[in-house]
Amino acid sequence: MRHPVRENAESLRQITRRSLILGGTQAAVIGVLALRMRFMQVDQADQFRLLADENRINFQLIPPTRGRIFDRNGEIIAENVPSYRITMVREQAGDVDAVLARLAQLIDLNPDELERARRELRELRGDTPVTLADRVSWSTLSRVAVNSPALPGVLPEVGLSRRYPARGDFAHVIGYVGPVSDRDLENTDAPEQLLRQPRFQIGKIGLEAQRETLLRGNAGSRQVEVNAAGRIMRELDRQEGVPGADLQITLDHNLQAFCHARMAGESAAAVVLDTDNGDILACASSPTYDPNLFVRGISSADYKVLLDNPFRPLPNKAVQGIYPPGSTFKMVTALAALEDGKVSLNETVYCPGHMTVSGRRFHCWKRGGHGNVDLHRSLRESCDVYYYELALRTGIEKISAMAERLGLGVQFDLPMSSVAKGLAPTKEWKQVNRSQPWVVGDSVNSAIGQGFVLASPLQLAVMTARLATSRSVTPRLIRSIDGIEQPTGQGDDLGLNENMLREIRKAMFAVSNSDRGTAYRARIVADAFRMAGKTGTSQVRNISTSERADGVISNKNLPRTQRDHALFVSFAPYDAPRLAVAVVVEHGGGGSTVAAPIARDITLQALFNGDPPLDAYPAAERPAIKIQQEQLRRARPQADAEAKDRA
Amino acid sequence: MSYLQYTVKSAPSGPGKILFLNWPLIILLCAVAGVGTLMLYSVAGGSMMPWAEPQLKRFALSLTGMFMVAMVPIWFWRNISLLAYLIALALLVAVAFVGVEGKGAQRWIDLGFMRLQPSELVKITLVMVLAAYYDWLPMSRVSRPIWVALPVALILIPVALVLKQPDLGTSILLLAAGGVMMFLAGVHWAYFATVILALGVSVFAVIESRGTDWQLLEDYQYRRIDTFLSPDSDPLGAGYHITQSKIALGSGGWTGRGFMQGTQTRLNFLPEKHTDFIFVTLAEEFGFIGAVSILGLYALILIFCISAALSNRDRFSSLLTLGVAMTFFLFFGVNIAMVTGLMPVVGVPLPLVSYGGSAMLVLMLGFGLVQSAHVHKPR
Repeated sequence: MRHPVRENAESLRQITRRSLILGGTQAAVIGVLALRMRFMQVDQADQFRLLADENRINFQLIPPTRGRIFDRNGEIIAENVPSYRITMVREQAGDVDAVLARLAQLIDLNPDELERARRELRELRGDTPVTLADRVSWSTLSRVAVNSPALPGVLPEVGLSRRYPARGDFAHVIGYVGPVSDRDLENTDAPEQLLRQPRFQIGKIGLEAQRETLLRGNAGSRQVEVNAAGRIMRELDRQEGVPGADLQITLDHNLQAFCHARMAGESAAAVVLDTDNGDILACASSPTYDPNLFVRGISSADYKVLLDNPFRPLPNKAVQGIYPPGSTFKMVTALAALEDGKVSLNETVYCPGHMTVSGRRFHCWKRGGHGNVDLHRSLRESCDVYYYELALRTGIEKISAMAERLGLGVQFDLPMSSVAKGLAPTKEWKQVNRSQPWVVGDSVNSAIGQGFVLASPLQLAVMTARLATSRSVTPRLIRSIDGIEQPTGQGDDLGLNENMLREIRKAMFAVSNSDRGTAYRARIVADAFRMAGKTGTSQVRNISTSERADGVISNKNLPRTQRDHALFVSFAPYDAPRLAVAVVVEHGGGGSTVAAPIARDITLQALFNGDPPLDAYPAAERPAIKIQQEQLRRARPQADAEAKDRA
Repeated sequence: MSYLQYTVKSAPSGPGKILFLNWPLIILLCAVAGVGTLMLYSVAGGSMMPWAEPQLKRFALSLTGMFMVAMVPIWFWRNISLLAYLIALALLVAVAFVGVEGKGAQRWIDLGFMRLQPSELVKITLVMVLAAYYDWLPMSRVSRPIWVALPVALILIPVALVLKQPDLGTSILLLAAGGVMMFLAGVHWAYFATVILALGVSVFAVIESRGTDWQLLEDYQYRRIDTFLSPDSDPLGAGYHITQSKIALGSGGWTGRGFMQGTQTRLNFLPEKHTDFIFVTLAEEFGFIGAVSILGLYALILIFCISAALSNRDRFSSLLTLGVAMTFFLFFGVNIAMVTGLMPVVGVPLPLVSYGGSAMLVLMLGFGLVQSAHVHKPR
């Protein structure tokens, strides 16, 4: 078809016109694009450059190595051991199922763990490492490493984990570490980024928790260039952190282990103090538990077993358990009265077996009474009426003040969990806390360590150490930090009359060494190591008038939880005191029969730094002691061997 | 003007045609392809594989194709325009049945030696058929409604098919290229004004109806529109591409970070760095100067095309040349507007630079037509 030329010329003009309009539009668009580039690349360049660097450079924390803990002899009791795990990164694995199937042929995978891992692999971001197996052995790890070409995305990883080779021996004192929980994060004001690191462990209880910052150290950091998937391309800068401080504590592993072995089967606590400097040589709470269980996250079944145990293995009875001190408190009442001049050393009080105070009858443990009793005899035979009389003369305020001077009702600043304050009651205390006025009967009860008076085994040991040395000995748990010796708890002079103290010590010596003393049976016969002590039996129930009339039911015939607590405090050697010991056996019965033999065995073990020769014991007991020593020896190496086996 | 009017004397013939090719245009095209190869070499971390080398081979193939098309007289191409359009349309229908899924959309037909993307083919055949149509249509009828409805149908059929794949970017491109062809052919401006007005009103109505009881779309559709228009509201999802793209671009500065020093692209922060977002790599590594230079190259290509079209008295040749130039312009304009955050991300490659076979081949064949029109123009 032909078009007339005129029309064609017209149409070409039209095209030219319109294409010029279009060309103009195109030029305008190109101009806008160029301006946009200028705006972004020139005007805003700095801002975008900054964003780019933030994108590309990642800060990573290098977790510090946690400080180790040693006993006083340098034996390691909290260490860091390599812990191996196997992780998988979905993004790198490709066919997850095929890789998992190959891995399953190579190593044993726990089906539950695998199920969880599969879920996480599905749900988490592709670049997040998911743990397939935790705490695997070195051989498993190396098997995976060797086969890594066939296992894309599977990474063998090495980290450090806490281990307590002494297992239960220090569980209550140093506690344990565990994974950081949400509650831990809430409790810190400004949660360090470090705490959010996966698998980071922090102290949960005991020394591990109390000295967390010291043990943790400071995290290092490194600047790395990462790609969009978060994978590290190269390291740009590195700042090393500061590892946690190594702590040496004052406890002696041998003695601690002996205490646990000796108290096995009882719900009991024992504290051994070095009277020279206040070092806590042993601080045992029986029964104990294995802190390693908590490090890896305890199973609910295991935890339930611990909770349901009527002997309560979890709390540290030695510092957090508080008990009426019973007759072990009598030294306090005696000193308060002597100091106040309300009684003299030779003055006697008549004990008819009971005493009536404002209409209520208070009994002596000896129904027939002790007759005329002076200070020496009152302690040796533990006469109660003598102290009732002293309480009436002295008053509770003076007695409580003396108790606090000796360390009762005082909270010691020790890096253990829930260190108890105990209670040295005053009139004001009762008014505030019980909303009742103090009555004289309360003073009478307090004088023999019953009623409101409460003390922990640690406080009783401190009291004994102060009585033995006349110095205000303070307990010390940390011996050195990174090799730097910490101040000792030697203490200054108490400012008490030395004559009076000597008489008290003499009476305590008689408790253990006079054939009329309450702890005569649990004596030490080796002259250089003689022990001075005081028994205590604290009532945990009320004895009714009718029961008194019929004869007090003996402990043997009572259910366990109603039996008396047995207590014993002692120091040794009498001539030059080195150790103060306090033992409390919950619902153990009498202090003289249950607690005193334990305290003696611990004392001898500490003094001889191992099993003592049999001739330190009274001749009649030697055959029984020999058997007991053999039994304990058998029990302990077994535990040691088990610990080594685990390592 | 029909080919009957050409005389043998007025058009070159034989190998001598080569001298009549628009050589400056060919050099410009090669320059842009060279930049593309360089950038693909860079994003692969300094390696010819996996992108630069195949791209270079495809460019060589496409260049050969361009020469072959250029050697064939332009009237032949005009005469097969309708046929080519129908074949491309048939392939587009076929792709819905035998197409290979790529990135969640059915776009490819596997021919064995290469994967053919019919939607690319449609771009050029649509331009051809419209040019042929307006070459045939007498000037007096151009603005008559019935003669306007026909090309509108020619445009909307492939647009609908491509939209269904779904490939929003290509359908917008087709729509725009078709509209521009009609505009160039001299369709009365009132039609365009009406369409633009109608579009404006309907967009206004859709937006205004939101939250009222005569709401035109479902809530989820509005939410999708929201993220489409402002990707910043979803920085890790839809907005991730564009945020990363802007960071990489902006951090280039005046002179860029240097060849193969672009941290954002090299470290994989930038997605699709070898295809739709390759301009960002270029801008990051060569800075503002580099980005403006490539824009300049594109502008020169446009200028050469437009001047060739204006100097050509054949209506078909003129319209075809302008149509190819317009398609080319839409490609790079939309792509750059998209990566600089001026436009929502729709998935349009940067012509001759982005990695991809079909788009390059089709575009080069289009320039082959431009060359053929140039060589065989009435003298």
